[in-house]
Amino acid sequence: MEEIVRFTLNGKPTAVIGDSDRMLLWVLRSDLGLTGPKYGCGVELCGACTVLVDDEAVRSCGLPVKEVQGKSVTTIEGLAQNGKLHPLQKAFVEHDALQCGYCTPGMILSAYSLLRRTPRPTEAQIREGLEGNLCRCGAHQRIIAAVQAAAVEMAGGA
Amino acid sequence: MADQSFLDRDFTDDQLGLPMTRREVLALLGGGIVILFVGGDVLAQRRGQQLPTDFNAFLRIAEDGTVSCYTGKIEMGQGVVTSLAQMLADELDAPLDSVHMVMGDTDLCPWDMGTFGSMSTRFFGPALRAAGAEARAVLLELAAERLGKPAEQLVTEGGFVFVQGSPNARVSYADLTKGQKIARHAKAPLKTPEAFKVMNRPTTRRDAHAKVTGEAKFAGDVRPAGMLYAKILRPPAHRAALKSVDASGVNTPGVRVVRDGDLVAVLHEHPDVAEEALAKVKAEFAPSTLSADLTDTSIFDHLLKVAQEGEDVSRGGDVKGGEANAATVFDHTYLNSYVAHAPIEPHTAAVQIEGDKVTVWASTQTPFGAKNEVAETLGVPPANVRVVPPFVGGGFGGKSRNLQVVEAARLAKLTGRPVQVGWTREEEFFDDSFRPAAIVRIRSGLTKEEGTEARIAFWDYHVYYAGSRGAEHFYDIPDHATVGHGGGWGGGPESHPFATGAWRAPGNNTNTFARESQINIMAVKVGVDPVEFRLKHLKDEKMRGVLTAAAKQFGWTRAKLGDGRGCGVALGIDAGTYVATMAEVEVDKGTGVVQVKRVVAAQNMGLVINPEGAKIQMEGCVTMGLGYALTEEIHFKGGEILDRNFGTYHLPRFSWVPKIETILVEDKHEAPQGGGEPAIITMGAVIANAIYAATGARLLQLPMTQARVTAALKKA
Repeated sequence: MEEIVRFTLNGKPTAVIGDSDRMLLWVLRSDLGLTGPKYGCGVELCGACTVLVDDEAVRSCGLPVKEVQGKSVTTIEGLAQNGKLHPLQKAFVEHDALQCGYCTPGMILSAYSLLRRTPRPTEAQIREGLEGNLCRCGAHQRIIAAVQAAAVEMAGGA
Repeated sequence: MADQSFLDRDFTDDQLGLPMTRREVLALLGGGIVILFVGGDVLAQRRGQQLPTDFNAFLRIAEDGTVSCYTGKIEMGQGVVTSLAQMLADELDAPLDSVHMVMGDTDLCPWDMGTFGSMSTRFFGPALRAAGAEARAVLLELAAERLGKPAEQLVTEGGFVFVQGSPNARVSYADLTKGQKIARHAKAPLKTPEAFKVMNRPTTRRDAHAKVTGEAKFAGDVRPAGMLYAKILRPPAHRAALKSVDASGVNTPGVRVVRDGDLVAVLHEHPDVAEEALAKVKAEFAPSTLSADLTDTSIFDHLLKVAQEGEDVSRGGDVKGGEANAATVFDHTYLNSYVAHAPIEPHTAAVQIEGDKVTVWASTQTPFGAKNEVAETLGVPPANVRVVPPFVGGGFGGKSRNLQVVEAARLAKLTGRPVQVGWTREEEFFDDSFRPAAIVRIRSGLTKEEGTEARIAFWDYHVYYAGSRGAEHFYDIPDHATVGHGGGWGGGPESHPFATGAWRAPGNNTNTFARESQINIMAVKVGVDPVEFRLKHLKDEKMRGVLTAAAKQFGWTRAKLGDGRGCGVALGIDAGTYVATMAEVEVDKGTGVVQVKRVVAAQNMGLVINPEGAKIQMEGCVTMGLGYALTEEIHFKGGEILDRNFGTYHLPRFSWVPKIETILVEDKHEAPQGGGEPAIITMGAVIANAIYAATGARLLQLPMTQARVTAALKKA
């Protein structure tokens, strides 16, 4: 359906005009020029395209853009504030929690959403929370450690 | 097609030595100061048969002190973006932070065969280190002249040359090179490990910041102005010829449909719009010429039927005589299915043609190969084609082929616009090559039927379609033969129904699974602990060293821990690196589900440039290896691939990942060996042996799916 969809993208008011049934992933990448959300499978099975919609992790390859009308969308490009890395980003760097880096934006945003719901997750909860995100390089063990470290930092240390 | 002969190699020990193409390197370096240390015809040297000997091809020091490091290698997660920078920084005595990596750019970087075979550190590393060492020696000479002191009284550190004992009397590398055009060579030895300041130190990834912020660009993120996204019409099955096309139903505004022979594509400025329009193209294909009887279960009989004569990989003693003396004989056949590379980034390329100049941004492990393929496709001189690989989102051998690059080049020419081809996941599971289905038959025997005195009497090993890498055993066996059939991964023309190719440690996963399973079967038969049995048959100190180290860390006492719980061990050699792996598994006997609880991997890879990077690669190998061991296989019927996405093709997930402990058994004075592949080769056998210890069920086929485990449990 042709319509105007207005939403907040990484803190800025944004409007796109056109077929609002198109998937958010392609509108973000192709119409709005972002590169953080990645295509991996196209059917919500890998998590590479994950973005935050009102702070909840969503697979943007399966979400029609009309669904974000009036909402707030955050991609990996919008996570660091004023050049300061989010604790998750910092922890991923410090723990070498990535290799090729292609799944990393989706991984970090899924972890962000997990920590919002469960601020001090157990290891089992982290595994469960990220189960739908695929990493082919095998950085899983370090990703778990990074999420744990970020949780500690976000909770104010200790 | 351009020279793809490398695809048939097993990358065991390839030296970098194919002809180089002409590059106007010095003209292209632009900006900054080029230090010309050599007066001769540099370009003539670049056209030679080897990596350049002139170190200017590897590095450049700019006015601001930035050291650019030029390598034909690409970064796909394996971490050479860090370890190569460490090598140059250390030999040059420049700060690691000052090194800027320029990777895989065919206009700027020295020719390279490709990033595969764990060869970057082994074969490119020494050349890069030598370049850094020589540049440092020349800088010392220049500083001696500038400071009026003999070179012997000078020291280098952090990008400066100092007068020894007078830290204020110094000159920076940037100052020395500023505005100068100098032709000079110097003899300089490589540093010994005792002198290392940057190498052999655990160093975190240098690309991590870019990758956690989204700044890191992959091929799909490159969008030249006016670019169209192409979606290509694909056949429903391999070897199904296109009969007719009707695109009259495509009425989407802005969509273009082009056809060039069998290449039919729909293009639009948005990829999803192009894909939707492609669905409106009506096409008729002839049925696949492959028989529907050829499936993932019948394939092994087919492969054995068409197998070529074997060729000796190694041989010693008298196998027939050994068998005659054996008290007991073991004859087993090991199978493994086709496996996908499945990088999360599918094959992607963007091509821009401006006049007679062509620029290519591609996810490729072989940028110089891609350059030649594009030149041939478009009929332009290779010198007019520049391939710029951004970060590559995983390769594992699959991105050594550049089909998507050729497709993008053809479509850019046909449309007169820059074109990006980004394969869908379904295309990735169809048009990428697969690790070949393979068969290993081992006949072996023991000198006694039981007891600790029993020794392996003979070993008769035949591998089909996996190549020779990792086929040779390393045990003390008097009479043995290792024979390879089937011409490596490619096989003969009528062997595989679709493209096969290198898959992380090609061949070695197949060979190590078979060998280490057979060894375990024999140990079990005579009632000897599998670690002890191996030690009894190992003379190689390096292999004994990694096995002992793994056993110590693991706390190995016995294989069987309890009902449904057990431990396995497996050894292997790949890319010059020795690996010993131990694993503990828990098997649910009701469902056949295998949970790997803990893995310890010990590795001797000689000198380790970046111990942290090496450990990450080992962890990645262990994790990725869970997939081919437990679930990953391509199902097919004739030319039709039945697994086209992650819903049925199961990659390892967080819930599968065991506690992984890695040990580097350091040999600092030995040359560095491969790091990206070795630790994956043992994963099939170590899990198979642990399942046996836990349940008494012996799995002879990979992957060890729930169904196969359940079937084996019934026979146990």
